[in-house]
Amino acid sequence: MHEATAAASSGLLARALKDAAASAAITALLLVPLVGMHATEGPSGALVLKYRFGLVAIFALLVGGLRLGLHLTVWRGDSARGAAPRFPALARLAGPAGDAAKPVFFAVLLLYPLLAVLGSGGLGPSRYWIDLGIYILTYVMLGWGLNIVVGLAGLLDLGYVAFYAVGAYTFALLAGSVPISDFFAGTLGADFWRLWSFWVCLPLSGLLAALWGVILGFPVLRLRGDYLAIVTLAFGEIIRLVLINWVDLTNGGAGIASIPPISFFGIPFSSGEGGFANLFGLEFNPMHRNIFLYFVILALAALTAVATIRLRRMPVGRAWEALREDEIACRSLGINTTLTKLTAFSIGAMFGGFAGAFFAVRIRFVSPESFTFMESAVILAIVVLGGMGSQIGVAVSAILLIGGMEMLRNLTFLKDPWLFGPDFDPSLYRMLIFGFAMVAVMAWRPRGLVSSRLATIFLKERKKVSGDLVREGHG
Amino acid sequence: MSKPMLSVAGVKTQYGKIIALHGVDLDVNEGEIVTLIGANGAGKSTLMMTICGTPRASEGRILFEGRDITHMPTHEIMRLKIAQSPEGRRIFPRMTVYENLQMGAAMDDYAHFEGDLERMFDMFPRLKERLHQRGGTLSGGEQQMLAIARALMSRPRLLLLDEPSLGLAPLVVRQIFDVIRELNAIEGLTVFLVEQNAYHALKLAHRGYVLVNGSITMAGTGRELLESPEVKAAYLEGGA
Ligand SMILES: Nc1ncnc2c1ncn2[C@@H]1O[C@H](COP(=O)(O)OP(=O)(O)OP(=O)(O)O)[C@@H](O)[C@H]1O
Ligand SMILES: [Mg+2]
Repeated sequence: MHEATAAASSGLLARALKDAAASAAITALLLVPLVGMHATEGPSGALVLKYRFGLVAIFALLVGGLRLGLHLTVWRGDSARGAAPRFPALARLAGPAGDAAKPVFFAVLLLYPLLAVLGSGGLGPSRYWIDLGIYILTYVMLGWGLNIVVGLAGLLDLGYVAFYAVGAYTFALLAGSVPISDFFAGTLGADFWRLWSFWVCLPLSGLLAALWGVILGFPVLRLRGDYLAIVTLAFGEIIRLVLINWVDLTNGGAGIASIPPISFFGIPFSSGEGGFANLFGLEFNPMHRNIFLYFVILALAALTAVATIRLRRMPVGRAWEALREDEIACRSLGINTTLTKLTAFSIGAMFGGFAGAFFAVRIRFVSPESFTFMESAVILAIVVLGGMGSQIGVAVSAILLIGGMEMLRNLTFLKDPWLFGPDFDPSLYRMLIFGFAMVAVMAWRPRGLVSSRLATIFLKERKKVSGDLVREGHG
Repeated sequence: MSKPMLSVAGVKTQYGKIIALHGVDLDVNEGEIVTLIGANGAGKSTLMMTICGTPRASEGRILFEGRDITHMPTHEIMRLKIAQSPEGRRIFPRMTVYENLQMGAAMDDYAHFEGDLERMFDMFPRLKERLHQRGGTLSGGEQQMLAIARALMSRPRLLLLDEPSLGLAPLVVRQIFDVIRELNAIEGLTVFLVEQNAYHALKLAHRGYVLVNGSITMAGTGRELLESPEVKAAYLEGGA
């Protein structure tokens, strides 16, 4: 018995190795002319042939290694796909054991700016890390917002970026508006609007985005699945085209640049008298604003998370989940499916709008280019990879995807002349790697990184409902 | 005689050009079990769904407790103390048994939730054992029990059941029919039962209707229909 399995596994290994070697060899052969020889313009203008065999070797090894890995894991036959989760640590995050990890998680999030400053040796050098944190948290928040629509209510929305855009433009237009500024100058002081616009416009941006969520929701209520996806996709593109072409309002493709910066609840982050540093007795440093922005997006993301957790326990949240499962059954239980879908759309859109306003105040420039379909796709990928509906999963996948893509920029060793040459920019390949990551995760964990969900209500004890044990059957 | 609880009068239902119901008349009185039998495709499920408002009747009138519900939105009809266990059970597969039952009580504001839950466990002890299992992983019989229990959680006065015996072992069918009988006898629940299993359904029901190609062809008490030669020939052949 033991011998039989040992023989089987050594046979498997031999077969996998053979296959991997063959694939590597084929790749190398194919790539020698395609990649291995590179014609460039020499100093005299004539074409010069360069050889890049190192690169060919890397690709061949990559292909061989990937196939070997796949053979030993994913393609191993069904027997290897047991019920045991492959990343027990990740799965545990969603379970009761995660409760102990959560305070640590929050502490890290709160202390992150401090860690960044200490780790990089000063406020100035920490800028990269703080900005990266802000960038990732923005996507965590967007992922959580879209998670309400896609993960909880099961409505495939490919145009989520539209609400992000509505939020950003609402804020940009209102905060940069001269008439509004003049109006408040007459009543509440000359600087009122410049200092307070973000705090006034943030809720407005969310509300307006929610309104657009309802407007989009109405026509698509009857649609489901693929049809809904296509219409939302179109909606996202329409919003972008309107932003480009309605030049009078949006300044078209040139974008809006006159957005006032964020203030510390009315105190500007300026160097002079009355500025943030001056009032708090600190030495002026532009990084104060970035750190404050970090905490603002952290608070906004936390708001999204808490609201989602709350909503999930309320009747409307449970109706969303039921709607995802079976619309006809929902109706037969007296649930107003129209209203349920609309609330999912509009609440999801609202958080997108908040994130958009934050984006605008951070970059202080908005243009239609920031709101392409690619953004929707990335946000959706975060939700899907995270395991639809799982908040912690969405956060993890946002950190991995966005952080990972950013880290690509740091792979400077690839610029070695023996490899890709100094002109090589690894970040250009981020979409390729992104795609690889998607395929890999979906092959290993078809239900996303964190696939188990907790029952929303517990009778006496918490019971985890494992995603790995579920066979979706109806009979 | 008092007015019927549910009255279907001259109801015609179409799917596009296909006419599924050609003017159906049918009454369900308070406290009765009424069954509707008929062959595959006769329009039984269509009739039940028309009562619930999807699809809509293109002609005729449907009254529930004297109120015209023909044009009411489905979710409002289902809040009038009518509950339905639709064809194919349609429980929520990824939700636990407990959550499924909760969804059933959603329109009752959970006021009687704990007590009703206990009642369901008395009726279907299996559900208590499976409380934290996902609905989709239950056996067919357990899913049917869950579908009925979920419908009952809204404390209906009229229960609509579409083929609760579908695909179940005879013993489980008996168990489910016993529960229906008890609910009716003890709690006075009115039941409208659509069934293929004509023998059991007619034995259980006070009255029955036979639906053929979208029209009612026969009506009578359960016993009358059981003994009628036409019913015997068409629906009870070799049956029991
Ligand atoms: N959504 C639909 N679109 C078009 N035709 C439909 C639709 N639903 C049902 N029908 C047709 O209406 C007729 C009645 O269907 P119905 O489901 O009411 O039958 P049934 O009596 O419940 O049958 P069964 O016992 O097999 O469940 C059938 O001919 C069916 O093909
Ligand atoms: Mg049917």
